[in-house]
Amino acid sequence: MQKSLLIDADKCTSCLQCEMACSFEHEGTFNPARSRIKIFEFEHGKRSVPYTCTQCAEAWCLHACPVEALVRNKETGAVEVKDDICVGCKVCTIACPFGTVNYNPDTGKVIKCDLCDGDPQCAEACPTDAIVYVDAAWTGLDRMQQWAAETDNKPMANA
Amino acid sequence: MSYVVVGAGPAGVIAAETLSRLGHGGNITLVSGEPEAPYSRMAIPYLLAEDIQEDGTHLRHGKGHYDDLGIKVVHERVASIDSKGKSLAFESGGSLGYDKLLLATGATPVRPPIPGMDLDGVKSCWTLEDARQIIANSKPGDNVVLMGAGFIGCIILEALVARKVNLTVIEMADRMVARMMDKTGGDIIADWCENQGVKVMISTRVNGVSENGDGTYKLELEGKDSINADLVVCATGVKSNMEFLEGSGIETDMGVLINEHMETNVPDIYAAGDVAAGFDFMTDKHDVHAIQPTASEHGRCAARNMAGDRTAYRGSLVMNTLNTLGLISTSYGLWDGAEGGDESISVDKERSKYLRLNFKDDVLVGTLALGMTQHVGVMRGLIQTKTPLGKWKDVLMEDPHQIMSAYLACAQDASRRIG
Repeated sequence: MQKSLLIDADKCTSCLQCEMACSFEHEGTFNPARSRIKIFEFEHGKRSVPYTCTQCAEAWCLHACPVEALVRNKETGAVEVKDDICVGCKVCTIACPFGTVNYNPDTGKVIKCDLCDGDPQCAEACPTDAIVYVDAAWTGLDRMQQWAAETDNKPMANA
Repeated sequence: MSYVVVGAGPAGVIAAETLSRLGHGGNITLVSGEPEAPYSRMAIPYLLAEDIQEDGTHLRHGKGHYDDLGIKVVHERVASIDSKGKSLAFESGGSLGYDKLLLATGATPVRPPIPGMDLDGVKSCWTLEDARQIIANSKPGDNVVLMGAGFIGCIILEALVARKVNLTVIEMADRMVARMMDKTGGDIIADWCENQGVKVMISTRVNGVSENGDGTYKLELEGKDSINADLVVCATGVKSNMEFLEGSGIETDMGVLINEHMETNVPDIYAAGDVAAGFDFMTDKHDVHAIQPTASEHGRCAARNMAGDRTAYRGSLVMNTLNTLGLISTSYGLWDGAEGGDESISVDKERSKYLRLNFKDDVLVGTLALGMTQHVGVMRGLIQTKTPLGKWKDVLMEDPHQIMSAYLACAQDASRRIG
């Protein structure tokens, strides 16, 4: 069963542990500016929203890449950047309508969430379960709709 | 069913792959006009800068990738199409029949109609072979003149500076990257380049190029002193490759005209990528975008329609991103504003930062950004979904840098209940 990140902004306290963990996992340094997950604050900090790539099925970034540097990991479902192939043209950063692929000027490559190869450190680090790593079936709206339909049909099946 | 795809750039390759993956059967032939493995022109500047080797420009890296997908790659140039007899004639003399044909022949550079453009020392930068020529003919310290500071010119500019040549850029328009940047942004880019030792001459016309007799070349400039160069790189625009369509009955203007199913006016002939004048959903017009995302979307949509899965394409959004010696610029949609719309601008010339948001009512319709590398894509998200910004428009009019907050609050509202 594939898993994905489920984010509940109501539980986020803006402690930034996820950004620290992400940066340390990928860059070996505690630099939130290089984190693949970002916390955005609203209403002057009253509300915080963790935001990262959903590994969307459409994969705009992957389709826009001119050199096949973005590849879907069949195990985790994550779209990963192959650093040795990425030339740094940044087309994926403008093609992704969610803004979750970013250019790293220090390396001349792009960075995005790769689900840490199936062990996402942001979810690991989150002390309030605002970020959890769960069965993909439970995160997407379409899956929820499927679930709703299935639930609705049950009495019919019993009848 | 015989599917023939002419052109092995991104649009053609993606179309051939999509035809294979749809799994409806049939023979798929990809006709490449160049002797190389299918490659990406976008990667050429990185080859020139010696960041990558030639195989790093290849569109696909898997060994046997095309064979595995049942795609037959042939290296031929198409001379003409017999649309009644449904066959292609090759320049080599051979021919190939088709049931469904995709034109994905891309574009070729055009040179200005001035004397000397055919001299040995004047090169285009378009194909892998061009790149090899430029590498062979430029060494550190050489005087190189780049004609044209458009998008392609600016990408090559970066690569030429990496080769440590003395570079002068000559541009006819009143600013750099005139097709993706307004005067404010173009001037910031020019200042940035000048500060890094590149000479930038805007509003300058080259009247002709001639040989000095010592292996160097002289460029005559209108109303200015002439300059000398060891090498001239010409990047003065491209045109869609359509010469072979003569007599085919296929309607064209700047590119091959296609409908929402990527069909030309001739049955069973489709077009995609830089050769196609496809629908632009922001301008409501047909246009040749000549950009990677449009080529990719065209290629996938054309393949579905060719295979019989009728799929209407909603149209493309023009977008570009450029790295000019480390200064990142981005443009989307109606970047020069909409008629009767509003604009919110933030300029910091000292720090080479610029952000311009264009609105029609409370909807974002186009943007320009300099020096922005984080979450750039949300601008596409907001433009493409035509999200009403409501009160967030007022916030953005005050401070365009609140774009990410506005995006999260508005566009993600429905699915994530935030803001």
